[in-house]
Formats: sequence, C-alpha cells, structure tokens
Amino acid sequence: MSTAIQSVGNYLDIFTEFEKHAPGREIAWLRDLRATAFARFCETGFPTPHDEDWRFTNVSEIARTQFALVKESSARNSISNLKSASVAGSAARLVFVDGAFVSELSTTGALPAGVEVLSLTQAITHRAKELEAYLGRYVDIRRDAFAALNTAFLDDGAYVRVRRRNVVDAFIHLLFVSTQNEIPTMSHPRNLLVFEDESQATVVEEYVSLGDGTVLSNSVTELAAGENATVSHYMIAREHRKAFNVSTLRIQQARSANVASHSLLLGGGLVRNNVHPVLAGEGGECLINGLFVGEGRQHLDNYMYVEHASPHCSSRQFYNGILDGRSHGVFHGRIVVHKDAQKTDAKQTNRNLLLSDDAQIDTKPQLEIYADDVKCTHGATIGQIEENALFYLQSRGIDEVAARRLLLLAFASECLDRMRPGAARDYSERLIHQHLLSVANHVPSAPSGNGKERSWEEIG
Amino acid sequence: MSLLEIKNLHVTVGGHEILKGIDLTVNAGEVHSIMGPNGSGKSTLAQVLARRQTYEVTQGEVLFKGKDLIAMKPEEAACEGVFMAFQYPVEVPGIGNTYFLRSALNAIRKYRGEDEVDAVDFLPMFREKLKLLEMDEKLMSRSVNEGFSGGEKKRNEILQMAVLEPKLAILDETDSGLDIDALRIVAKGVNAMRSPERAMVVVTHYQRLLNYIVPDFVHVLVDGKLLRSGGPDLALELEEKGYGWIEDEARQGAPASA
Repeated sequence: MSTAIQSVGNYLDIFTEFEKHAPGREIAWLRDLRATAFARFCETGFPTPHDEDWRFTNVSEIARTQFALVKESSARNSISNLKSASVAGSAARLVFVDGAFVSELSTTGALPAGVEVLSLTQAITHRAKELEAYLGRYVDIRRDAFAALNTAFLDDGAYVRVRRRNVVDAFIHLLFVSTQNEIPTMSHPRNLLVFEDESQATVVEEYVSLGDGTVLSNSVTELAAGENATVSHYMIAREHRKAFNVSTLRIQQARSANVASHSLLLGGGLVRNNVHPVLAGEGGECLINGLFVGEGRQHLDNYMYVEHASPHCSSRQFYNGILDGRSHGVFHGRIVVHKDAQKTDAKQTNRNLLLSDDAQIDTKPQLEIYADDVKCTHGATIGQIEENALFYLQSRGIDEVAARRLLLLAFASECLDRMRPGAARDYSERLIHQHLLSVANHVPSAPSGNGKERSWEEIG
Repeated sequence: MSLLEIKNLHVTVGGHEILKGIDLTVNAGEVHSIMGPNGSGKSTLAQVLARRQTYEVTQGEVLFKGKDLIAMKPEEAACEGVFMAFQYPVEVPGIGNTYFLRSALNAIRKYRGEDEVDAVDFLPMFREKLKLLEMDEKLMSRSVNEGFSGGEKKRNEILQMAVLEPKLAILDETDSGLDIDALRIVAKGVNAMRSPERAMVVVTHYQRLLNYIVPDFVHVLVDGKLLRSGGPDLALELEEKGYGWIEDEARQGAPASA
C-alpha cells in the first residue's frame, strides 16, 4: 500500500522546517492536528492503484517529484499588473498566490454584515477558538493520504462564515493562482466554509496557472451546512497540463440542509476531485453535478463518496464527461446508505462522449446499502457525437467544426442547466464555451507566445 | 442553365447499388414529384442530393446551378441553396430551435457575403413563418424537435425551409405519418414557397399529398431507375393501378415518356 519511503523522507525535512513558522504553532490542538496528520501520511505514503479508491489513477509521478513549498512569493510583484477587477456578480474575491493570501489583490467590500470572509491564516491568528469546533473535524485523514498531507501543511486558504439567516446573492470567489516557473512547487490550500442555520450563499473555488512550472495543488475544503441552509459550491480546475490538482470537498449537512456541488474539470494534467458529503440530518438534499473535459493526455478522476447517515435524505450525482485525444476520465461514484437511513433516495448518472479512438472512460458505481427501505439507481452511457445530429446541422449550412462545437455545448449544457441561474452559472458558462471552442477545433489549448509567463487576460 | 441536372447517377450504399443510372433535369420554378414503391431508392436520391457522405456516387454527375454538387460538403450544398426536409427529423437536445435556425440562416448569409441577423431582427420574420405553419412560439423555446409529435417535426422542417429560402427544396416523404390536418398545413407552407426562382423535388410514396401540392412533373422510380415520367395524371394512374404495371411495361421495352 505505501510508496517508496524516499518520497516521504523529503517531506519530513520540509515539514520540520514548516512547523517552525506555521501559523498557530503555539496552539496545542492545531499543532497536534498537523502532527497527527503528518504521522498518518508517513504511515501510508501516497496511494497506489492497489488501493480500491485509486484503482484507475496512478499518482507515482506525484510521489516521485520533489515539490517545494513556496516561501515568499517573489511572483507577487511580477503579477502586480493583474487586473484588480473581479468577475461580474461576485461579492468578494480572495486571491491566493502559490498558496498564500494576497490582500492587495483581494476585495471583500461588497459583503453584507452577517457574512465574514477572511484568510485562514488571519482566522488562526485572531479567531482560533471559533475554528476549533470545525477545522479538521470532518475530513478523514486516516482514509485519505492527500487529505492527511494537506492537514499536515495546513497554512492558508479561506475561512468563510455566513451567520444565521443571512442570504448572499452574489458569489464569494476564492481564486488560487500558481506562478512558479523553475522548480516543482506545491501548495495545500485549506478552506473552511461554515454556513449557519437557514443561511444561503454561493462559493466558487477556482484554480489557475500563471507560471509554467510543474505544480501540485492539494486542497481540502470542509463545508458545514447548518439546518435549512442552502449552499452552492463550485470547483473550477483550469490549470496547465503540467499541473497536478487534487482536491477534497468534505460536506457535512445538518437537518434539511440543501447543498449543490458543481465541479468543472477543464484543465490540469492529472486531476483528482473528491466530493464527500455526509447527510447527517434528516431531510437533507445533495446534488453533485460535474463536467470534465479531457484532451491530450489529461487524466481526470472524479471520486464521489456520498454517505446517507440519516433518514429521508436525497442525493443526486450527475456527471458529464467529454474525452478527446488520449485523455482518460474516471467516474467513481460510491453511495453508502447507513442502517438507519430509511427512505433514502439516491440517484447517480454518468454520461460520456468519446471523441477519439484513444480516449478512455472508467465508470464505476459502488452502492453499499445497509437500510432496507431505500431507492437507489445508477446508470452510465458512453457514446460519440451523433452522426445524424451532425449531418442535420450541416444540412442547414452549419460547417462541421461549428456543428461539433454546438453539439459539445449542448452536451455540456446538461451540466449548466443544473446550476441555479445567476452570476456563478454565467461565469461557468463563459469558461465552458471558451474551453469547448478549442476542443471542437481539435487544437490543443495554445501555450503562451513567450513560452513562460501567461498574462492574466489569457486566463480571465 | 437548368437549376439541377442529374446525369447517369449511380449510388451505392453499404456495398449495394441503389441508384442505377438516374437522369433528371429540374428547372427553376418547377415542382417535380418522385414516386415509387418502398426500397426503390427515393430517400437515397434525396440524401445524396443533400450530400450525406455514407452514400457513395460510383458513376455520373450532378450539377447544381452549373456547379459540381457531388464535390460539395453538406454545409456547402446548403449554403449554395439546397434544402432537404428530412423524412425522420432528429431531436437535438441542448440546442434551442430558434437559436439553431438563426445560426443556420447566418451561416448561409455569411457564405453569401451578407450581414448576419441578430436575435432581435430575426424575430419579426420568424414569427411570420410560424404563423404560416400554425406553430406555437412556445415550441420554439424547446430544443430542436425535442418532444415534438410527428406532425410538429414535419412542420418544423417546412418552417426551416421557409426561413432559409433555398433555391432547391427536396421534400423526403414529408407526408408520411401525417394526418389530414397536418398535411394541409404542411402543403400550405410548401405552396407559399413556390416561386419562379425556386424548384422543388417532392419525394412521396402516396399520391394524396399531390392533391395539395400539385406537381408539374411526376417521375416513377422503381428499383433504382426512373422508369416513366408524366404530368400530374400519372400520379392518379399510379394511385389507381399501383406500381406493378410500370415494371411490367419496362420489362417489355415500352417507352417511358409521357
């Protein structure tokens, strides 16, 4: 089960150094959290395809690479020409460069009073007591080596707290940018999103690359939704092809909470997105809605682990995949229905479009049902662009490339249609349109003219 | 110059020769009907003219406005002015009817060097055609043909024809599966499109449609060959006697002209 001890040895040096300067190192519970997590990581090492949960994804390239933490991001100065304008419809934007919060690039001005958005480092420094009830309580570091690694290097990210009954229409934008070009670097963004009872808000997490270097982004987001809260969470991965992106969204839902998780995997070389909701209170609803678009040699792994721990909850998993070139997509949908979770209603659907002979999809439903009065269905389809539909469009004057693009957009719009109408959905639509343009043309996403720096404009 | 000239056209599909030497000339302003028993090659002819690539032309040529039609891709043929109303129109989920039609119109306009039409300018003309085909505007907010009944799908084909204003319209068994009311509406739409600049090829199995869309010429296609041509009366004769007698005549070497 473990990988070679050498790769872990490198981390020991980095961790030892990190601990000396880590925020909140004087706080006992936080110190223990990191230490326990690191010990666990050393025990297990990185997962291998022998682990059932990682059967289709080989992370040996991550295990072999010597990643370094970025200290003072020198790049922060080089990107001072970043547009300070935020995405239309966002109420706040926190920008993290190589894992560290940059206040000069961030804005929280338009937030109403009952909504607090700050960097995790700030929260650890000023509100540690408040964090103790949530931070590290949900994500399972015993089961998940990447989550353990993230927890060991817990440093910065976003702390979002929406107070009871507060409703925010505009979305909260968390933007993670990697800028390094030389040596391989890593960051472990840690987000804590707490939505109190009856609150309503939307958070968008986005990962982009400005630099060209090999980079590992290993993020963990713990999301606690209180009773009757309504939450939408977006995870948008848009990095370059030498990026490794592992993300874990661990959701804890109280009674009658309604959480929608939307994930768009549009970039990255090797991407693994874990979504793990626990329906802990009666009557909760969870929607996990995803789109992954692969080209070249991209590997996009979507791992879902839905736990029905309470009666009368419903969950839906809808994933659409478009795979071209020699890309490899994975959909692993686990549903666990605990013994007392009667009247569970769970549904899972994975639809895939393969655009080339070498594209590949592994789709695996996994239902573990321990209650006896439940409704669980699952289904998957794998197909190509419909020839009849393509000809129909061409027979009306639309050229083949444009027709392909229209059909890909139509397929992707199944995912868009499940997003609540609003600014976050509009933003997602723009990004998807942009991305599918290149897929339809069968042109790999063009690298920047200079070869090194990419401009902000190219990303936005 | 004739609008459409088909000379000795041989077409093979999946290794089988379906069209075995078709000769046909269609001039602007004319309405031709192609009738024949099932399996005679009527749909094959329509699909070849619309440039479906799975139909292989092994011999002969087709000139459209003097240009080599067989050399054109489906979108080129469409932009040059060929329109086929499908026998079985597909549903295309995720693409709105109105958006699709406006995109098609703009693709054709762009090809011709004309300005594109924006969503606002498109509507008045579009609504006019909707009325002609007695279609509810609400249907148009749905995806292409999504959840449409057979009759609605066929009317949608004629609606598209009305908006795109082709030079040559090929109707592939547009009447099959329609009740009398739908038939009347479809015919109304088609007849409204008749003009001296436009030609139509109406492929049909049943004579009934031709009571509503009265053709100038009727041709009988049997086993991949046009065995006989005539005026509208020929259609009535077929209705009465079936197709068998034409095959007999052909075998005996009787003349095929009207």
